[in-house]
Amino acid sequence: MAEYQNIFTRVQVREPAFPGVDLPPGSLPRLGKPIFSYWIGKIGDAQIGPIYLGFAGVASLVCGFIAIEIIGFNMLASVNWSPIEFLKNFFWLALEPPPPAYGLSIPPLGDGGWWLMAGFFLTASIILWWVRTYQRAIDLGTGTHVAWAFAAAIFFYLTLGFIRPVLMGSWGEAVPFGIFPHLDWTAAISIRYGNFYYNPFHALSIAFLYGSAVLFAMHGGTILGVSRYGGDREIDQITSRGTAAERAMLFWRWTMGFNATMESIHRWAWWFAVLTVITAGLGILLTGTVVENWYLWGIKHGIVPPYPSEMTIQDPALLQGVSQ
Amino acid sequence: MKILNRKTVILAALGASAILTGCEAPPPETIQNGYRGLQMQTNYNPKLLKESLEANVPPEAIPPAAEGGPLAKDVYKNVQVLGGLTVNEFNRLMVALTNWVAPEEGCYYCHVNDAGFEEDGIYTKIASRKMLQMTQDTNANWKDHVADTGITCYTCHRGNPVPEYVWVTDPGPGQPTALAPKGQNIASSTVAYASLPYDPFTPFLLQDNEIRIIGDTALPQGNRRSIKQAEWTYGLMMHMSDALGVNCTYCHNSRSFYSWDQSTPQRTTAWYALRHVRELNNDWVVPLTDVLPDSRKGPLGDVYKVYCTTCHQGAYKPLYGAPMVKDYPSLQGPVPEGGLAAAKAAEETAEAEAAPAEEPASAEAAPAEEATEEAAPTEEATQEAAPADAAPATEEATEEAAPKDAAPAEDAAPAEAAAAATDEQAEAQAEESAPAAEAQGKAKAQQQPQQHPPRLQYPPPSMMRYPPAPLQYPPAPQTR
Repeated sequence: MAEYQNIFTRVQVREPAFPGVDLPPGSLPRLGKPIFSYWIGKIGDAQIGPIYLGFAGVASLVCGFIAIEIIGFNMLASVNWSPIEFLKNFFWLALEPPPPAYGLSIPPLGDGGWWLMAGFFLTASIILWWVRTYQRAIDLGTGTHVAWAFAAAIFFYLTLGFIRPVLMGSWGEAVPFGIFPHLDWTAAISIRYGNFYYNPFHALSIAFLYGSAVLFAMHGGTILGVSRYGGDREIDQITSRGTAAERAMLFWRWTMGFNATMESIHRWAWWFAVLTVITAGLGILLTGTVVENWYLWGIKHGIVPPYPSEMTIQDPALLQGVSQ
Repeated sequence: MKILNRKTVILAALGASAILTGCEAPPPETIQNGYRGLQMQTNYNPKLLKESLEANVPPEAIPPAAEGGPLAKDVYKNVQVLGGLTVNEFNRLMVALTNWVAPEEGCYYCHVNDAGFEEDGIYTKIASRKMLQMTQDTNANWKDHVADTGITCYTCHRGNPVPEYVWVTDPGPGQPTALAPKGQNIASSTVAYASLPYDPFTPFLLQDNEIRIIGDTALPQGNRRSIKQAEWTYGLMMHMSDALGVNCTYCHNSRSFYSWDQSTPQRTTAWYALRHVRELNNDWVVPLTDVLPDSRKGPLGDVYKVYCTTCHQGAYKPLYGAPMVKDYPSLQGPVPEGGLAAAKAAEETAEAEAAPAEEPASAEAAPAEEATEEAAPTEEATQEAAPADAAPATEEATEEAAPKDAAPAEDAAPAEAAAAATDEQAEAQAEESAPAAEAQGKAKAQQQPQQHPPRLQYPPPSMMRYPPAPLQYPPAPQTR
């Protein structure tokens, strides 16, 4: 039993490789001969492969490859094709969206056109991958919950890079492709629009994000804790509640007064994860289009705590008679 | 397995300690500079602060010169700026200046060895004359920035003929011509290794692009500043923070960067400082372009210029506020007719008469007059520009017509007054539309002295421009 009280899987089941259920007629074949990896088995199922790509998967990979090539070569070009500078500055390099002056027009390739193109292929890649997750779920006869959760994340991605820039009338509002540059962009949008701290959807998104992490830990901990009573057979316990489920539920009822069920905990987790990106997307969508300054919006709606100012100073630009 | 685990533990320990060596040892020293509980504080690492304190000590003042004696202009030839000083005071200043600027090179760094001290045949002499005037002008007219602490040559030079911290326009890494330079996304110390624009100096400390980007209304009312533009401002702020060894909350309440009513008084000083540095560069440093040799210029041929670090060098006040200039009255302002002693006597009489306010008032009247004269051509430019929808056209028109030659007058007031006049004109004439508002901004932006070639298109002008949005909620007030 102590086998389960470890952060890594201590028990690895070895069976002949399972190729998966039969594919519907007309499908492309699964690729690769299954292998087993001891180290992968530490964190998951040891079997690797076969993999099914299908049309959507192949198209998605092609589009994704094109997008990454465009981004990578633009980064390389921005340091004058020097591989050493590319490595040195890798975290700083970016493919920037067009300058704001272009509005929503198509800019020259070297002044944001490549960004538009990379964005197109990356979006195509992501949406094709969504099609694939949806189709795989249908073909396997499962529900499409994963696909819809993924769709929520895609909504957020599209809001940042497409919907909001279109509403604002400028591609320049979108996020650059780059490691540090997209982080600086994140700081800059908050500063430009008067502090996201007072953006209620930003707050909700953070609550759901941290909440997701907490729920994940609570659920993982609970199931591992009752696995000695068969709690790891969660699906069985949903319909046929055993001592594992009873103990887990009692634990939470006694510690926080309320308990989810073996089924509902998964709905909690799904909604928390999905709402993280949906609320984030709403927060971005409203910024600049409907709200100019979140801090002032917060003052207007009474969510900014006042405190005395030690010394009230004035904007020198408004003073009369100053030089300049 | 056990061996593997042991190795892993050792490796992890090594990795962790490698990461920890990058940290500063606690505890930091914190100084509160805002209302309690806001974390408005300046943080210092005691070790680094000690080093900085030791590195920022002014040299001992030279004993005061004996009073009286003939004036320098009567004894020496070609004394253009300091002629009103007594010979004693003049020589004392020259010794101090040598110690501050060229301690190793000595007098002949700025004077020609064989030709006599009055000879102007060396560029360093022309430059130092200009710099002396700059110092006097700063101490006399920019008290909003330098207060009574003032500056001397040493504030920037620190014993180096060329101040250690200067900037030139950064052309960035070489790039294929097919790529438009973005001015950012390279690891750069100028913006504290963020990926922000690495040359925020050219647009803000030489040109006067708008630094403010945050809207001051809760709902959109026509502020078209973009996120990209915010990054340029952000870059400048990183530089200021780095140069002064302080964080954002030294000047701002970070919950609302734009609010003046929540900022600290230091922000006012910084506001004047930005304008001061801009004037230093445009009125004093850039005009030396033709004088200075290529070794004092950047890759684009522009001279070494002033930014915050030039004087501050990591201290919130240069030399931690040591009041050097009090020992050198000759640097406190342009030397008056008849010398310092006469001026002092006149001051005392004035005090006795108790009418001190008159003088500055009359002094200000003159530039105002100039301003009205200048406003006329600018006005024309705006008339031409206002109906034009396309911003580039506006810019060109204004650029051509604006009286740029007149702008670098000693007092910056005329430029401002002219810009203000332009604004009023534009408002009165144009149908109050967004493009017109843009034109106003542009006209204002172009009210700056002509730059020496090459005319810098940096940052890309398109970065600072922003067309009206097709969808705006609610519509801007003018169109409602």
